[in-house]
This record gives sequence, structure tokens and C-alpha cells, in this order.
Amino acid sequence: MVRLLTNDVSVGYGDVMIVKHLSVQIPDQKITTIIGSNGCGKSTLLKAITRIISHQSGSVLLDGRDISKENTKILAKKMAILPQTPEGAAGLTAGELVSYGRFPYQNGFGRLTKKDYEVIDWALEVTGTLEYKFRPVDALSGGQRQRVWIAMALAQETDIIFLDEPTTYLDMAHQLEVLELLQRLNREQQRTIIMVLHDLNQAARFADYIIALKDGEMVKAGTCAEVIVPEVLREVFQIDAVIGRDPRTNKPMCITYNLLKGEKQQHEKNIPALYAHAGSAY
Amino acid sequence: MNIHFSFPQKLIAGSLVFLGMFAAAMTLGAADMTVKDVWLALATSASGDKMSIIREIRLPRGIAAIFVGAALAVSGAVMQGMTRNPLADPGLLGLTAGANAALAISIALLPSANYFVTTVACFIGAALGALLVFGISAIKKGGFSPLRIVLAGSAISAFLYAVAEGVGLYFKISKDVSMWTAGGMIGTTWGQLKIIVPFILIGILVSLLLSRQLTILSLNEEVAVGLGQRIPQIKGILFIVIIMLAGASVALVGNMAFVGLMIPHIVRMMVGTDYRYILPMSAIIGATFMLFADTVGRTIHSPYETPVVAIVAILGLPFFLIIVRKGGRAFT
Repeated sequence: MVRLLTNDVSVGYGDVMIVKHLSVQIPDQKITTIIGSNGCGKSTLLKAITRIISHQSGSVLLDGRDISKENTKILAKKMAILPQTPEGAAGLTAGELVSYGRFPYQNGFGRLTKKDYEVIDWALEVTGTLEYKFRPVDALSGGQRQRVWIAMALAQETDIIFLDEPTTYLDMAHQLEVLELLQRLNREQQRTIIMVLHDLNQAARFADYIIALKDGEMVKAGTCAEVIVPEVLREVFQIDAVIGRDPRTNKPMCITYNLLKGEKQQHEKNIPALYAHAGSAY
Repeated sequence: MNIHFSFPQKLIAGSLVFLGMFAAAMTLGAADMTVKDVWLALATSASGDKMSIIREIRLPRGIAAIFVGAALAVSGAVMQGMTRNPLADPGLLGLTAGANAALAISIALLPSANYFVTTVACFIGAALGALLVFGISAIKKGGFSPLRIVLAGSAISAFLYAVAEGVGLYFKISKDVSMWTAGGMIGTTWGQLKIIVPFILIGILVSLLLSRQLTILSLNEEVAVGLGQRIPQIKGILFIVIIMLAGASVALVGNMAFVGLMIPHIVRMMVGTDYRYILPMSAIIGATFMLFADTVGRTIHSPYETPVVAIVAILGLPFFLIIVRKGGRAFT
């Protein structure tokens, strides 16, 4: 029995349904990645599972309890969320920002305890950001900043961590840095990690389990060997992909791809619709 | 790297500046006083003209400046954090104008009402003003951009000031209303302070207790959810705090734009963007600034009064323009 699952969940903004009757089970202590094209509802699904937006029907269960009925502070001790490109922390120092990860454990107007300070330092340490503790977050590079935000999520000491496109706007080395950190957290501390990724090959390389969405519906969920195959990618991304193997990691990877013949025109026609979709989602 | 001062050190430095300003405010003015006179007036029961001037005129006025400055600065900081809008200020978002209109209406309709009733009217007016501004900004989808709120705020404010003027003209009480709203700290009595100060104290205290929550709110709504914050409740309480602080300020001294905008931005340069530090520092710096403005108003053209509103505006307007020019970035 998995701890976290969705049961026939539908989410929409206004009249537009973004996620339609979705039932997924998130494997415990694994890295799960949600993939799909723009506007397919992957971020929306993540937000629904993490109670950031409410769902219209169905249920999201964590440890057998409906998250929409659960105490939000109790949930905050079980799952941490790193939104897409979080902003606003600019003037806070890294140490201050990470200290707010302890918020769910502080009652009322309480001060930070010795344990809190230990966890904060540990989170900074494990993300390699301890040296920035007294520096304002906006003085850091994109990759450093993202690691500080991850440190804040870690300071929440949750078994489950959600990340919405954690590699956006990072250059390649920093993308890898972040993903390897997440992999370490999963392997060494058995944290369950669920993230939305844009890059197919990164998803294939780092995920144990992949959920592929199209138009708010699940096309396929399974291991990367099951999901990163030409048939699924054709359906999900409308591409004709050649799948090979990464010679270093031995994971499947998309070597090259073309737009599907005959669907090219239709795809172009779809673009405005997709953006209208995305527009209503943000 | 600069020498790093800890927050308590900065707070102590701010408090010392504040005490210095307080001493200056008590000694400077149309009648000359020495620090010793002030001390005698405050700490002993010595009597005499000088003692009376300090106890009955300068001290209540100084205390009014302190609490109004602190209230406006804290309410501005809370609004900026809550709305993530660098331009938020009770004067710009319709609260002051709403309280002002309510004040005019209460003077017109309840001329014999006591000060407490007037104060409550100011709270209601401030709340209505703010709700109008946020309501109008919310009508259009994708609503609350900083500039749109400020535009809605200035439109609503203009309307509410017109209401106040109209009521003043119609009931022939314009003089009373403008004496109140443009009078600054002049003629503040102990009786008024006894009613207003508790509201301001409670408002500031509650905001300080919620300062951590405010920082989380200021980060990002999704982060706040993820950390398990009860957002609607927190926003509700903070809204009441803002209304109390802004309404109480109007009830005591009338319109005072820019203080709530300016002080938190200055404070951010000093202590960063954690509201655990911003709020207490804003209270101290706001109080100091208002004492300074009032003292300048009393002394530059002594024995005549220069309206403190004018002094605040002269100092505040350039600051406002800088923030507009830098856009949201001055916020971060």
C-alpha cells in the first residue's frame, strides 16, 4: 500500500478542466517525475496533490487520509513543496530563509529551539549552502539560490518532497547539481521525491517512476523503460523519437526526434490553444 | 564586506536615535527648555509654566507623534508584506481617505459624539476604503498588480476625499473637518491619547506576534501553503491590524501620506526583508521620523506652525518617485 495516491481527481480553473479523472499512486521512497507538454496539467496535478489548489472532484489521500480535510500544519510536517521559481526571498539571508522551513514545528509565536538550529545547519550543509548562511539570497547565483530553497524544504524534515521544475532557468551544470542532490537525498535518506521536469532525458535519468500526462489525462505511468518509448512519446509530445541508451547511466534517452508527419500542421494549429490553456493556469 | 551588526545592536542604535529625537522634540520649540526642565517635568512633580508646557502641550503632542509614526510605519510594512506590493501604504490604498470620509460624516451626523465613537467611525471608514480599492482591483481578471492597486487606490481616494469635502460643505463643517484632518499633532490632548494609544499598542503588538507569519506570506503564496500556514485567518487578522493602525492614526492626526510607504523601505535597507526585524524597527524609525517632522514643523517658522503634513510630503514625495521609478525592485 503506497502512502500517497490520487483517486479520480479532477482539477479545473473556471470551466476549463486541466486535470481529468486522474488516479495515480506515488511509489514510496522513490523519485517520481511527471512529464508532458506545456499545458498538459502536470504543474496543476502537483499543486492539487500538495493542496495549493483545491480539486473539484475525487480525492488525494496521504496515509489514508484526505488531504483536503487534514490539518494543514500536520501536512506540512509530512510533505514539503518547492514551487516553480520561488521569489520574494530576496533580502533574506540563506539562513533566515531556511529557518522558515521550521515553521510547521513552531507553535504559536515560539522561538527556534536548539533542535531547529541543528536542522537548519544540517539542511544548509547537505545542500552545500552553509557558506551562504549570512548572505542575502539575491546575492547568490541561480543554482545556489535553488539549493537554498531546497534546503528550506529539507528543514521541514518531511518524508515527501515536491518540486515544480526545479531546474528551470539553471544552466546545465547547475541543473545536474540540483538533480544529483535530490538523488542523494532519495538514496541516502529514503525521501520520496515527486517533481515536474521539462527535460525528457533528465526525467529518464533520475526518475524511478514516470507519470506521462496529456491533456490532463494519464497516458502512461511506470518505470522509465516502460514510459520512455517511442509509442508513449508519440502520444504525449506528438514527436517521432529515437530512443537509445545513455552509455554512462544505461538509462533510456531520446537521441533525436521529429515532429510527426502529417501532424505538423495540426500541432501548429494547437499552439494558440495550448497557450490559452497555460494563460488560464497561471 | 561591511562590518556586520546584529539585529539587537541595530535595534539599540535605533532606540538611542529615537531617545535623542525625543529629547530634542521636548526641548526645542517656541519656548526654550533645557533637558533638565524636561527631566523635571517627566520625573518629578515640580510645577511652573515650563512644567505645564511640557506636560500639557509638548508631551501629549510628542506621544501622538510617536504612536502615529509607529502605527503608520508598521501598517505600511504589514500591507507591503501582505500584498507583496512595494507601493502599499495606508494613504495610497484608500484607508486614509476612507477614514477621512467617515470622520467628516461622523462630525456631520453625530456632532455630539464622543471621541471614541469618532475613532470607531474612522476604523469603519478605513475598512470600507480598503475593501473598495481591493474590490475594484479584483474586478479585472489577473487583478492585483502593484500599479493597478495604486491606480484604484488613487481613484477611490479622490472619490472619498470628495465625499468628505461634500459632506463638509453641505453641513457647513468644512472648517472642523479640515482642522482635524490637516491639523497634524496640534492640540492633541491626554484624553484623546487615552482612547487612541491602546488601539495602536494592540495593533503593533499583534503585528509583532505575527511577524514570522508575515514573512512567510510575503515570500510566495505557494510556499506559505507548503509550510502549513492558515492563510485566510492570518490575512484576516492582519487586515484588522492595518485598519486599527491606519484608522487610529487618522482619528488622532488626520491625513499623513508617505510615512507608511517610506519608513519600511528605509528599514529594509537597514535590516533586510525578514519581518521579524522590519516590524519592530519600523515602529522605532516611524516614531523617530514623525517626532522629527513635527519638531521641524514647530520650529522652522517659530512661533508659527508649519503643517507637518507638508513636511512629511516634501520628504516623502521624492522617495515615492524613486520607488515608482525603480518599480518592484526597490522592494527586494
